[in-house]
Order: sequence, then C-alpha cells, then structure tokens
Amino acid sequence: MSKTLFDKVWDAHVVRSIEDGPDVFFIDRHFIHEVTSPVAFLGLESRGVGVIFPERTFATADHNTPTINQHLPVEDPLSANQLRALEGNSAKYGISHWGLGHQKNGIVHVVGPENGITLPGMTIVCGDSHTSTHGAFGAIAFGIGTSEVEMVLSSQCIMQPKPKKMKITVNGKLGKAVTPKDVVLYVIAQISAAGATGYFVEYAGDVFENMSMEGRMTVCNMTIEMGARGGMIAPDETTFAYLKGREMSPKGEDWEKLLKYWATLKTDDDAVFDKELTYTAEEIEPQITYGTNPGLGTSISSTIPKASDVIDGEASYKKSLNYMGFAEGESIIGKEVDYVFIGSCTNGRIEDFRAFASIVKGRKKADNVTAWLVPGSHIVEAQIKEEGLLDIFTEAGFVLRQPGCSACLAMNDDKVPAGKLAVSTSNRNFEGRQGPNSRTLLASPLVAAAAAVSGKVSDPRGFMD
Amino acid sequence: MAYDKFTVLKSTCVPLPLENVDTDQIIPARFLKATKREAFGDNLFRDWRYNNDDSPKEDFVLNNDTYSGKVLVAGRNFGSGSSREHAAWAIYDYGFRCVISSFFADIFKGNSLNIGILPVTVSPEFLDKIFKDIEKDPNAQVEVNLPTQTVTLVSTGESESFEINGYKKNNMVNGFDDIDYLQAMKEEIGSFEAARPF
Repeated sequence: MSKTLFDKVWDAHVVRSIEDGPDVFFIDRHFIHEVTSPVAFLGLESRGVGVIFPERTFATADHNTPTINQHLPVEDPLSANQLRALEGNSAKYGISHWGLGHQKNGIVHVVGPENGITLPGMTIVCGDSHTSTHGAFGAIAFGIGTSEVEMVLSSQCIMQPKPKKMKITVNGKLGKAVTPKDVVLYVIAQISAAGATGYFVEYAGDVFENMSMEGRMTVCNMTIEMGARGGMIAPDETTFAYLKGREMSPKGEDWEKLLKYWATLKTDDDAVFDKELTYTAEEIEPQITYGTNPGLGTSISSTIPKASDVIDGEASYKKSLNYMGFAEGESIIGKEVDYVFIGSCTNGRIEDFRAFASIVKGRKKADNVTAWLVPGSHIVEAQIKEEGLLDIFTEAGFVLRQPGCSACLAMNDDKVPAGKLAVSTSNRNFEGRQGPNSRTLLASPLVAAAAAVSGKVSDPRGFMD
Repeated sequence: MAYDKFTVLKSTCVPLPLENVDTDQIIPARFLKATKREAFGDNLFRDWRYNNDDSPKEDFVLNNDTYSGKVLVAGRNFGSGSSREHAAWAIYDYGFRCVISSFFADIFKGNSLNIGILPVTVSPEFLDKIFKDIEKDPNAQVEVNLPTQTVTLVSTGESESFEINGYKKNNMVNGFDDIDYLQAMKEEIGSFEAARPF
C-alpha cells in the first residue's frame, strides 16, 4: 500500500498498537531542558524506576539562562535551582549535559541539528512545542508534556494516537525579501492558528526543495503555530550535505548504509493525505503579525483586517487588537518600534544573522530601539565572529549577546517592558509573551533589521539593492 | 503522577467565552521556574486575574463569586501554544476536573488526559447552549458522564455525546497512567530498541 513520508517513519516506530487506543511509539532521540524535566525526574524517583536508555537523551540549558555574563553564577535563585536540577539529574542518570558554559550549549532545537544528533527517519521529542523544528530533516518530531518526558525517560516510548496527514505545497519563485519565515507566517495567516490542529504536515513543492536546511528548520519550527503537532520535509541532497561530517553524524559504512535507507523516505506518488493545501510563491510578500496569536498576520504593506474578515471569533479578535493598541484598517508600516529581537529556535541560526547583517551593514541602529541580538548557540556565536558579522553589528551600534531562548519567552531578564512594542523573529506574539503587557510583532530577520535601523515598522524591500 | 479517578461529575461551571486561550495565559512563563509541582493553581490565568500590584482584577471571571465549580467552559481552540504541562497542572491544582470547549489544541488535550483533567469536545451549538444556560443562571449545572461519554445540561436535560478513545477512558475511570502500562512491556521495548538503525 502506498505510504506518505509520515506513514513510513511513523509505522517504523510502532512497538505495539492498542485497540481503540494509542500506539506505543518508540522515540529515537529525546531532548530535555531545565524547565519541563525536573518534575519528570521526581516522578521517576517516586516510582523507583530509572532511565532506560540514557544515551538516547540529551540535556541542554536554554529556557531561562542569562544572555550576558554567563561566566558568573546565575543571579535568579529559581533559575539557578532549575539549572542545578538539570545538571544533577543528568549526572545521576548518565545523560549528556550541555550546561551553561559548555561549548555545545545553546537552544535545544539549534544544537541538535548542528551537532548531527538529529537525523532523517528518526522520532524526536522534547518537552517543548518547537521540537517540530527537527522535522526539517525528515524526522517525526514534536513537543510533549512533562508526564510524557517521564514516559520517555523510563521506557523510551510514549502513548500516541496517529494524527491525520496534511500536505502543504508551495510552488514558484519567492520574491525579493521573502524568507522562509514569511512563507510559514503566510500559511499560518491563511489557515489560522488552529488550521492544522489534529494534523501532521508534510511540506512539498519547489519552494521547500530549493530551501536551505536552516530555512526548512524555520518553517517546521513554526508549524506548531498553525496547531499541527509538527511538520516534515523529505530528506534530499541538501539534507545529506548539511549532515555529512557533523560531529555526531554517522560516519563511514554506517553513513553509506543510512543514505540508502534515507533515499526511501519520500511520499509515494499515489499516497493519500487527509487534506491538501496549495499556495503560490509569487503571492507571498514579507509578513508581519498585528494580533496576539501567530495566525493574526498579514503582508507588511497591508492594513490590519476588519473583524468580519478574520476566522477568529469577534470577541477574541477585538480583545487582541485592544491589547496591541491597534485598530481595524490601520497601516502597520510606520508604527514606532521600541525593541527588536533576533534569535530563538525560529531565527537564531547563522543564515538569520547574515540576513540581519545584510540590511544593517553601513547603517546605524535607530536611537529609539533597544536591540537584542541573541545567537541560538555558541557555534552560531562563533560563526558570527568568524564571518565578520560582528564587526558589521558593532559598527552599526549593535551588541551581540550570549546564546539562549532569551526574549522569545522572557523567562530570563530579557523582558520587553509593559506597553512597549517589539519586532521579534521569535515564534509567539501571545499576550505578555515577551514580558507582562509587552506587545510583539512577529517577522523575519530582514523585517527586524529594517525596524532596527529605521526605528519603525518598515518594508525591508526599501533597504535592499 | 496519580490523580483522582473520573467517572461522573455534576457541577456548576466557570464560563470563559474567549477563543484561542493559549497556555501562556493559562500560566505565564515566569511561573515555570519551580522544580516541584506545587502551587500552580495560585497563578492560573495570572495576568488576566491580577493587576501588577497583585490586587484581583474584578472583571475576570475567577474573581467573580457568582461563578464557581469544577468545570471550566471555554471558547474554541483552548490551550494553544506551548507544550508546558504546567498549564494543565494549574487548571487541576485550582480545582477544575473538566474543561469543555468546541475545540482543543492537541498537546494541551494530551497533557490534560495524562494528569486527570477530562477535556470534553462539544459542538459549537452545544457550547453556545452551555454558555447561555450559565448566563441565565450561574448555578446551572452540567453533568459530565465519562462511562457513557455524555454531557448533559441539568436544567433542560439536553445532552450531547463526546469522543474519547477506549484506552484513555479506561485510564481515567480507574486512575491509571501510561507509565504503569509501559513498565509492563519493557522487554518488548528492549528488543525493539536493539533493532533500531540509529
């Protein structure tokens, strides 16, 4: 029977199917971080069970780590306590731990791929919804809750009903300043923040085939924001070229053997999806959100839609605009910006900083803007320095911070103050997401750069040759 | 984590007629720094519930004595966003045992079932009836019957059935959890692991 890519990877991981119940689903790689794991470890202790395959779990500290002075003790006692718990639990159970100061430390969804831990055909989970990022490699990857973290630690399995399958195709040629972030923000705006709930998405079409691995990671990362459990893209030569030679990628005969297996990981021609959507690349402009969920976004040159034109209920839409201080029909371009954040597991990779640099080069940071430039990992930080991007940032008046999740969810000190407006390359614009009563506009690194140098929401196309 | 068994729950309701209530609202990120599962109920809907000076916001439903009960009734797409199980813990620890909506975000639904909150998906029409019933009489009750998979408006007797898979239903009715099940099949999992290509 014909299968989709998703079917092939899913079916290879079912240990047992329970009648009228979920599948017992095997997990190849498990990432843990300081926030969603401590209670899971307590659960293991109270049950008196251990970690079944510690070599399949990797720990990194990212969610509430500071982005300055990482060589000093962490000031917030609660954060410090969580970081100590992660370190202690990892040591106790024999789990690799990349804590603060470790050269491989960084955001979990950045360090997994860049070290070659994430591979095609794997199942990958983490107590973080943006685990969907790893689907860029043709893996089934999704976020789980703490009870499930405990399940994976103790049994390497979770109990998971198989989601329905959706195919999203985008064909054509992307326009000037239209990045992978714009592609995915566009799709979310078309189908709403709940448009893919219940589904697992496979992306197809030449836009994704021609996209870099980092771009594919951005797209799969944001797939959770349309409600889907995750998104995936069939592995191809781009995938293999990215992985070859990475520190923990398989080598020699193992690599050759896996290449043969990975070549089979594509959707059969006559395989059937539960839902298919198709978009045209030429219709996508640089995007920006204006509301308080990622589905409330539009082309940067458009005006804020009327309540009658959006899928969301009128009560929540009006609450959303009221929170943002925006009105129906207003232009988004020209709004004065207080903060700019580039970073997070969505846009904290080297290509994102290259894009940001392409616009700020030769310009100056606007005086009214506080800018936080936060690399996704120490490896990205090193690349920024090696490639001369740091010099460009410094000349333009920007400062580079140290890696971590930072202002994406503001669990550390990087909080946008109440009432302030931020253009952010992260993934969520929920009320208070970047700090209590802060206001967030989600956008690409190019849009963020244009805002950082102009001090207001601006069309990045006007800043490019 | 053990939780109370769930069979039949008859209760008044707390109405929250808003769509897209995300987990950052249910429990903001700054309250996720604990290493134990304690006191999350105190910060349930923190920023909608309290002002900056910690005084209660009078217009928020949890601060309105008119409404109480073990059932939270919410608008479409409840629990979207982060996978933080802390959101479900906050709802459970506050005292809710059931959330009724016309549509749930996937991870939130899974987390709820794993910790003993029953997420009940009803039609938009039935959800509207529940909201109207509560509006008319804040003491109006619903009866949520897990064994028969029905939710009933006690005032009118109107009823709708809801879906849940047999395995999860059995777990909730008996207070079992998945880890008990998985521990019993460790040998089978061990053989499976040994045959993995990576």
